[in-house]
Amino acid sequence: MTDQTEEKFYDKKFSRRQMLKYTGAGAAGVAIGASGLGSVLKVFGMVEEEDNPKVKNKINFYGKHQSGIATECQSYVYFASLNVLADSQQELMDLFKMWTPISVRMMNGEPIDGQTSNMLIPAKDTGESVGLDASNLTLTFGVGPSLFEKDSLGLASKRPAELKDLPHFPKDQLDPAYTGGDICIQACADDPQVAFHAVRNLVRAASGKVSLKWTQAGFNSYPMKGKKKETPRNLFAFKDGSVNPNGTKEAEMNEVAWIDAGQSKSWMTNGTYMAVRRVQMHLETWDRTALQEQEATFGRHRDTGAPLGKKNEMDEVDLDEKNANGEYVISEASHVRLAKQAKEKVFRRSFSYSSGVMDSMGTFDAGLLFISFQKNPQQFIAIQNSFGRQDKLNEYITHRGSALFACFPGVQKGGFIGDSLFSII
Amino acid sequence: MKQTLIATFALTTGILLSGCGTSEESVEKEPAATEAVDLTAETDAYKEFALEQMDEFVIDTEKFVNAVKAGDIEEAKKIYPLARMYFERSEPIAESFGDLDPRIDARLADIQEEGQGEEEWAGYHKIEHGLWVENTTEGYAEVADQLLKDAKELRARVETVEVSPDLMITGAVDLLNEVSTSKITGEEEIYSHTDLYDFKANIEGAEKIYEILKSKMAERDEQLVAELEKKFTTINDLLAKYEDGNGGYISYEELTSEDTKSLSEAVNQLGEPLSMMGIVTE
Repeated sequence: MTDQTEEKFYDKKFSRRQMLKYTGAGAAGVAIGASGLGSVLKVFGMVEEEDNPKVKNKINFYGKHQSGIATECQSYVYFASLNVLADSQQELMDLFKMWTPISVRMMNGEPIDGQTSNMLIPAKDTGESVGLDASNLTLTFGVGPSLFEKDSLGLASKRPAELKDLPHFPKDQLDPAYTGGDICIQACADDPQVAFHAVRNLVRAASGKVSLKWTQAGFNSYPMKGKKKETPRNLFAFKDGSVNPNGTKEAEMNEVAWIDAGQSKSWMTNGTYMAVRRVQMHLETWDRTALQEQEATFGRHRDTGAPLGKKNEMDEVDLDEKNANGEYVISEASHVRLAKQAKEKVFRRSFSYSSGVMDSMGTFDAGLLFISFQKNPQQFIAIQNSFGRQDKLNEYITHRGSALFACFPGVQKGGFIGDSLFSII
Repeated sequence: MKQTLIATFALTTGILLSGCGTSEESVEKEPAATEAVDLTAETDAYKEFALEQMDEFVIDTEKFVNAVKAGDIEEAKKIYPLARMYFERSEPIAESFGDLDPRIDARLADIQEEGQGEEEWAGYHKIEHGLWVENTTEGYAEVADQLLKDAKELRARVETVEVSPDLMITGAVDLLNEVSTSKITGEEEIYSHTDLYDFKANIEGAEKIYEILKSKMAERDEQLVAELEKKFTTINDLLAKYEDGNGGYISYEELTSEDTKSLSEAVNQLGEPLSMMGIVTE
């Protein structure tokens, strides 16, 4: 064994030398060569990247709004909530500047940097998405209330009044390990590795400027009707998001999600608020619940997604309809009724998650990474308050994580992520 | 342009893969690309540092062995973490001897992982078990004598090591990786819980390599040097919080999960720029 170790040591040395020799020749034509490769900041500080229209499965980075909000929901999310370590406004601004060209490149399906010919330094791009296409990657950035409380950043005057931690809701059992954050990155893609790669590389490039607070991977699966994605089912097997506004219709998004000029701080115009809730779903208790009770809990039929008493998913929810016994068809404590009674709308873009085992219970740690976008957090708060203690679904779910982020407007060519936050106007 | 980049990247990868099968002979004849920059002064300086550390290691190991053989448990416990620091500082070189490293530094778990029995276990950690768990030095004289012999042999063999820039650059990052994978988890010193001594020594070892390469690095990337300066200060300041006031460190067991998390993050934040030290070869 000991001999083997020694042999391995030398083998390693030789193969590394061989590599050096061959890359020396092979990489001669690479534009971004080894020289001048210093810190990441230096490389990316000045470069401007553009959306490449020729790329397959590509969502544009630049636009009026950030990607990953109105964008048709992809199959995977990797969500990261970060602590900011940068301790000046300049440093924070440089961070977003540095992230901008990297983000564009990744959304073009390109590595964040050309290959270096120096084999004694690690590659800039971590490399696991090489050979995969853009996979409809979107990157959505937001800032949390705590960012504005950091004196060294001097952002207090930019804080919108409505940007504050979500209130405590009945039955909340929030775990600090899944709560809050100074910055969020929501990476969505139709390939889980592409989504993960994006967050990994953004975080790595920002080493020393941010640290990981919490992350959550999620997934959605879409039954297909022809070429059209149908409403996905959550882990309770019910269709989730049937009454969602249509993200492709600007008017509906304007009504629900996009912030109008004058409605909030000026830097938030065309931005939106993102509410994130990590909702554990108690699969074990749900799975032993009779189908009738399950349907009564949601107020919908499991199979079709139709409101109780109706045939089709998109049929109108009629809260007044009663059965022969004079009881409401959609019971008073059902999820659908309480949601509708709030008379508020949010734009939902949620994903399921499964993250191993709940240590304290020996059950699945699985559920819903609930994400919604709204013009004002109050829309979400009203709905959540309506569920309150009454919601039948409370028996089967526990909210364990919570965060609110102000998502910047989109980036214009020549600009950078979050630039409106730093403008002097 | 972008297409070209990707194409070249693919080409390079292809060559790399096929390159692995080439004979060592042809490689030996042609100097590697990294040797274009003359770093002889730097490699010499590092060799000198390693030898100094080894000298001290032998001296302290002898003191330790004497204490063990004299049955002076308290004295042995006092010397143990300090003697080990010399070893940990120069680990990139010390661990290059696949036979000696385990004889001096193996943990019981390492021995068992390799399918060997406890009777194969030797070196510092075996005596650590005696001192802290069995609270005795009895029956350890032979192990102690062997340890001193091995330490001396290590010192002699370090003399023969050809220090390359590669060894230094890779070694600095390896030292941090050592910290991340075993010191930060308390798995190195499971009986004495003196992990923070090893932690500090690993950092010092990496810092020494950085200090040696610093001026050459500054010629290429001043920003990187400034960044590394800052990050070494951060980790050293953080470690200083855990000094025990007697020139040593508090027990690993006294660290909270918050403490280990911030230590771990500081190591990772140092490791990222440290991995760029390879630019000195350009």
